[in-house]
Amino acid sequence: MQVSITVNGEQRTDEVEPRLLLAHYLREVCGLKATNIGCDTTSCGACTVVVDGLSVKSCTVLAVQAAGAQVTTLEGLAGADGELHPVQKAFREEHGLQCGFCTPGMVMASVGLLAANPDPTDREVREGLEGNLCRCTGYHNIVRAVRSAAQAGPAAGRVPGAQEVQA
Amino acid sequence: MIPSPFEYVRVGSVEEALAALAEHGEDAKVLAGGHSLLPLMKLRLAVPEVLVDISGIPGMSYVRVEGDGADAVVAIGAGTRHHELERDEVARAEVPLLPHVAGLVGDPQVRHRGTIGGTTAHSDPASDLPTALLALGGTVVLQGPGGRREVPVTEFWTGFFETAMSPDELVVELRVPRTGTLGWGYEKFTRRANDWPIVAAAAVDGRVALANMGGTVLRATATEEALAAGAPIAEAAALADQGTSPVADMHADADYRRHLARLLTRRALETAAGA
Ligand SMILES: Cc1cc2nc3c(=O)[nH]c(=O)nc-3n(C[C@H](O)[C@H](O)[C@H](O)COP(=O)(O)OP(=O)(O)OC[C@H]3O[C@@H](n4cnc5c(N)ncnc54)[C@H](O)[C@@H]3O)c2cc1C
Ligand code: FES
Ligand code: FES
Repeated sequence: MQVSITVNGEQRTDEVEPRLLLAHYLREVCGLKATNIGCDTTSCGACTVVVDGLSVKSCTVLAVQAAGAQVTTLEGLAGADGELHPVQKAFREEHGLQCGFCTPGMVMASVGLLAANPDPTDREVREGLEGNLCRCTGYHNIVRAVRSAAQAGPAAGRVPGAQEVQA
Repeated sequence: MIPSPFEYVRVGSVEEALAALAEHGEDAKVLAGGHSLLPLMKLRLAVPEVLVDISGIPGMSYVRVEGDGADAVVAIGAGTRHHELERDEVARAEVPLLPHVAGLVGDPQVRHRGTIGGTTAHSDPASDLPTALLALGGTVVLQGPGGRREVPVTEFWTGFFETAMSPDELVVELRVPRTGTLGWGYEKFTRRANDWPIVAAAAVDGRVALANMGGTVLRATATEEALAAGAPIAEAAALADQGTSPVADMHADADYRRHLARLLTRRALETAAGA
């Protein structure tokens, strides 16, 4: 069936099978490969994207359920001039990643977290990211990165082009 | 993991949803947040031929007080997502147990999708919100071809993934008594942050409900009777596992679950009593 979805600010219409998962739609139909599939069982958060302002695990959403929605992936965060989003900058500066597999999901979940809570404590960051697993970092630098991104102000909790994150 | 093929129908009203369910019968399944159904479909443990997506029906997400005084109840729309309930001001003031428990379900991404109607209809004995609803009392409002009916929560969950609802009906609302400033407690035991409860206990107004202690969420009736007869909390809580039939799995054996039920019941009752 036909779906129209706005992906990273660009509206597109595609013919999809109803059973196509949003994660597969983004990777295979849109060619956006930042969204990783780690567990495929809603556990790891690697596939997290922002849909209409809320972080969701795209391995557990059908593409057809996102019809009419605004979807933002990691590729949609940086500005048109290549300027990194405050959360991306902070992950780089604070070494919030090692192998990088969990990072797209961590960054998208962090944007959602900062929208709901612009200046979280360490504990609030840990609880806000409880749906995202990282096998490498031990989380300390991820927590530091999110707290440092918060210093950039409200921009850290926003996705460009699309509507504001409301989580 | 990819679900087997199905037809997808997005409906715009409760009437359209009921018509689609009547047309497709047992082959159809309702899709709300999809956070119980889609994981099962990916594992091919559920293979519906038609999915009726009700998430686009307007006006299914709300929390409001209806009626006055002692008869007042809090009505919650079946489409209310866990994160909406968690932050809802009316719910926080009128039945604070529910938004608290909504905030303990899964993780933020799960709470952004899952609905109270979905978790109610799903009837997993390990689910948090049904445990809280069972402790609160109240009713599940169903709508079907013959109109609306209300089923008391004590009669709604009849078995593992089984309820008193028929396949041509929808859960449209949950109705719970307002508890206002009455004390309440909720204790959820997990090994990892975003897990389902290994066991959980909810206590409010002399009632206690348990998660994952049998085929459905259930009431700790022996504890409730002891409390009503004036027993101290510690003594009443020691009876919490009476009449339950917990399973053994990789997280806990049955004896450990019984221990948890007694311990968590005591803690929940102490919190409710402000002790
Ligand atoms: C990783 C993960 C962790 C989770 N952790 C927890 C947890 O800690 N505690 C907990 O309690 N839950 C947990 N859940 C489950 C979560 O709460 C689900 O959202 C909820 O159980 C189902 O709600 P849903 O709206 O997603 O329903 P769906 O998955 O859409 O539907 C579930 C079932 O209910 C039926 N249904 C849905 N809505 C209606 C309706 N209005 N009328 C009639 N039938 C309907 C469907 O046909 C289906 O059979 C978790 C889920 C995941 C994926
Ligand atoms: S791939 Fe979606 S949560 Fe792990
Ligand atoms: S950086 Fe390797 S999984 Fe997180």
